[in-house]
Amino acid sequence: MLSYIVRRLGYMVVVLILISIVCFYIINLPPGSFIETFATQLEASGAPASQAQLDYLTVRYGLDQPLIVQYWNWIIPLVTHGDFGFSFEWQQPVWSLIADRLWLTIIVSLVSMVFVYAVSIPVAVYSATHQYSAGDYAVSFLGVIGLAVPNFLLALVLLVASARLFGITPTGLFSPEYMNAPWSWGRFVDLLIHLPVPVVVVGLAGTAATIRILRSQLLDEFQKQYVVTARAKGVPEGRLLFKYPFRVALNPIISTAGHLLPEIVSGSTIVAIVLGLPTIGPLLLRAIIAQDTYVAASSLMLLGVLTVVGVVLSDILLAVLDPRVRMGRSN
Amino acid sequence: MTELLFDAADGPQGGHILSRGQIFWAKFTRHRVATVSLVFIVLLYVVVLVAEFVTPYDPFNRHVGYLLAPPTGLQFVDTDGQFHLQPFVYGLKNELNRETFQREYVVDTSKRYPLALFVKGDAYQLFGVIPTDVHLFGVEGDGKVFLAGTDTLGRDLFTRMIFGARTSLFVGLFGLSIGFALGLFFGGISGYFGGTVDNLVQRLTEFLQSLPTLPLWMALAALVPQDWTPTQVYFGISTVLAVVGWTTLARVVRGKLLSLREEDYVMAAKVSGVSEARIILTHLLPGFTSYLIVYLTLAIPQMILGEVALSFLGLGLRPPAVSLGTLLIDSQNIQTVTLSPWLLVPGGLVVLIVVAFSFLGDGLRDAVDPYRT
Amino acid sequence: MDELGDRTMDMTDSASTNQPLLEVKDLRVVLPLLEGNLVAADGVSFAIRPGRTLGLVGESGCGKTITAQSILKIAPRKARTDGRILLHYADRPATDIIGLGADDPELLKIRGGECAMIFQEPMTSFSPVHTIGNQLMETILLHRTRHRREAHDLAVAMLAKVGIPAPAETLKKYPHHLSGGMRQRAMIAMALASQPRLLIADEPTTALDVTVQAQVLRLMKDLQHDLGMAILYISHDLGVIARMADEVAVMYMGSIVEQAAVRDLLRTPMHPYTRGLMASVPRIGKKSGEPLQSIKGNVPVPINKPRACGFFPRCPVAIEGVCDRVVPPLTPVAAGHSAACFRYSEVVAAAGLDQGGANVH
Repeated sequence: MLSYIVRRLGYMVVVLILISIVCFYIINLPPGSFIETFATQLEASGAPASQAQLDYLTVRYGLDQPLIVQYWNWIIPLVTHGDFGFSFEWQQPVWSLIADRLWLTIIVSLVSMVFVYAVSIPVAVYSATHQYSAGDYAVSFLGVIGLAVPNFLLALVLLVASARLFGITPTGLFSPEYMNAPWSWGRFVDLLIHLPVPVVVVGLAGTAATIRILRSQLLDEFQKQYVVTARAKGVPEGRLLFKYPFRVALNPIISTAGHLLPEIVSGSTIVAIVLGLPTIGPLLLRAIIAQDTYVAASSLMLLGVLTVVGVVLSDILLAVLDPRVRMGRSN
Repeated sequence: MTELLFDAADGPQGGHILSRGQIFWAKFTRHRVATVSLVFIVLLYVVVLVAEFVTPYDPFNRHVGYLLAPPTGLQFVDTDGQFHLQPFVYGLKNELNRETFQREYVVDTSKRYPLALFVKGDAYQLFGVIPTDVHLFGVEGDGKVFLAGTDTLGRDLFTRMIFGARTSLFVGLFGLSIGFALGLFFGGISGYFGGTVDNLVQRLTEFLQSLPTLPLWMALAALVPQDWTPTQVYFGISTVLAVVGWTTLARVVRGKLLSLREEDYVMAAKVSGVSEARIILTHLLPGFTSYLIVYLTLAIPQMILGEVALSFLGLGLRPPAVSLGTLLIDSQNIQTVTLSPWLLVPGGLVVLIVVAFSFLGDGLRDAVDPYRT
Repeated sequence: MDELGDRTMDMTDSASTNQPLLEVKDLRVVLPLLEGNLVAADGVSFAIRPGRTLGLVGESGCGKTITAQSILKIAPRKARTDGRILLHYADRPATDIIGLGADDPELLKIRGGECAMIFQEPMTSFSPVHTIGNQLMETILLHRTRHRREAHDLAVAMLAKVGIPAPAETLKKYPHHLSGGMRQRAMIAMALASQPRLLIADEPTTALDVTVQAQVLRLMKDLQHDLGMAILYISHDLGVIARMADEVAVMYMGSIVEQAAVRDLLRTPMHPYTRGLMASVPRIGKKSGEPLQSIKGNVPVPINKPRACGFFPRCPVAIEGVCDRVVPPLTPVAAGHSAACFRYSEVVAAAGLDQGGANVH
């Protein structure tokens, strides 16, 4: 068990290093650099910068050096003292830009996960135990719709509907008075009030997908010999369901957390842009467009880290729950 | 429980066993929604191929005086209560509302324009070669028919939606074929060679799958240079979608290859001295193509959704290219879309397309699964 | 718990009165399939007496498994079941199992309590994520005692009884820790832990190695001797049936085509199908070089079954115009021996020349 956990953690470290390289590389791939984007902007605003100024900036940000050196200059301070570099565009340390957004991203993602499981597990159990009933068909149909509606479209529809019906647009995660306030009880409550809309929008697709997986998993398990054995022993149906197929079907569900978390983080990125949430998503979009290298690479990397850590945690949880995984997946 | 089934190949006694194809078709058509979806998808592809003909206008034609006009209602009963079999539309006037001081569109019931078939309108070249100006339907004279309203520049949204669907549906297919090649290649070598190759490919797919897709797409889409032509961008974006999206297919191919190699009938073929190539061709592939088709069907909507999301964010296709995603860029402005909700209609078409592909994939999957009755 | 002690008494009593323990009457199970209705069991009737073993033999697909499943009402949900399955009690009227609802407490008492079942696949019959002890004690807690301590001790005793070494440690193990033979022993322990009056064994040794198979068969014989339960033993293997059963019913295409005491059936098989089945069993002492016989053709699929003898297309002695028009009824042909064939006398005559089946072993 312990060796399994150590193996997974070791794997996680390797993946994290890979992620940091890939992120930095991808962000630096586009032709041109922030300096050029910056120059174009200045030119467009009618006050072009001199070549000397631009050269000075290039040297100052180390953009004249080879990519590998730039990566080194970024990753070493990051690992040694949590310094994520400097934002060209915002003219402040990346960490101070990202810190608050990171926590809010984690909160929105985790609450969405909880929402997904809280809704999908009971619905899937109902659906599987009432196969071919009207309720089951309704669930399946809604599930397909839930998977088909792009979440940013759902966010837009909600915004439009609420604007037309109530005259308000439920954007952001805070009321104006708490927007830039330090953390307090009031700010926390304010956050809770604002969470439901983004959480439902972000979690919808995941909920639909999880219902689908769990339902078919349960139906598969119902057919298994060990369920027949238990039934032949005289175990009452309700207890049978929860002790056996549900318990066994739970394992793939936990391992789907590995797929669900990237999906939720992915979905929340675009939803955050539409709903104007102060999470990493909008920052990433803006940094990508402005070629604000360190912000973009750090944002992309943190989102990757978030999912990888989540996946490894769900793997470890699965090993605790399933004796077969502990054995090293021999069967 | 499998025992209660039977191991006989054919039953001369009254009961008859259906062939594979017959069972497939019987199971598939029993799935009504999947059948309807198949018809819808085929129809849609036909419609978008002749988009110039089935739409009443040119997608770039700006109708002066009709900015953000609401959808035109088709009428059958006139103001006198008389019924017309041929539908007609009323004229549209742009007036200043004296109470709110905002300009509004008002239906002008004094003007009636019958909806006609094969109307002459904007000139175009069918299939890029046949010059003509005949459109499937339209109204003659000063009348306008905007089935889904117009956009901020006064262009017919219905027309643009059909053209956009053409782009998006084929982005799906193109991205899919790249992703398919990648998935087949990686899954194939992984499942075929096993060992170290398999291990490496497995780690690579695991790595890609543990990353959130959309941020990765966003970062990769930024690689597409700003000065590329719409066609180049189009292929660039398809490639970006494919580069991230091949992992699922690779896993399926690998898993299927591995499990098939273990199957008793493959072992039986090997033992009786059938060559490796023949085993792959006659024993592995048939057990396989059906699953590939199912996964391809289910992967198309993912590609379409990816294009829509990227274009919506301004990182995918860019206007003047028309796609379902670029059509939704207009709706980023909440004020505009609140006043003109029909701007969201292309989103509805996206949902319809994705739903249809999902149901089709479900139906196919149930039909190819020999253990499901 | 005192009742349990009484039960053993009842069994010996009723055994002496020759009252059947379980009667299956005119069982008909239909499975609706895409191709049509599959008649998995068609007019199956038999009785099992306390402490005795009835062997149900036939090829795969003949309906023997679904017949067994019907007794515990664990057949696939879409199966439509008709007929009567009567479970007799010494002290109260018999229960018709088919008439019980899915949640009937009476049914839950019968399942695992009155009648226990062991299955073909010891690999898949246990839940992979629960320990052997958990699953074994569940049966005991459902049917014998409510005290965990006592259940634990009974479980240990039961595992020891089926010959599992280190029973207390085995309780803590997961199924995948055990070998196939050990798992089947644990399965038998689980089935017998509730001291059932009837044990249904559905091909319990088919998935096991031959040596292990012999051990498990001996174990079941011994346990029957000790505990006195009746056994419904299902197999496609006539050799195993000959060894285990007192009485045999031969099933073909959902119907019983011949039924007799095991010695009579083996000595004078009266149905051409039974004869074919016996001729296809390899025997030591058979002249070398003599080809092993097989029944020509395959088992037809009983979908939209026509009114005819099911064996007609494969039968060497079929009468054109009779056997393909009329279903031969199961009729007594000798004392305690019945067969469903219009030509049984000729078959017997032929069998008289051969005497083949008498020494299957």
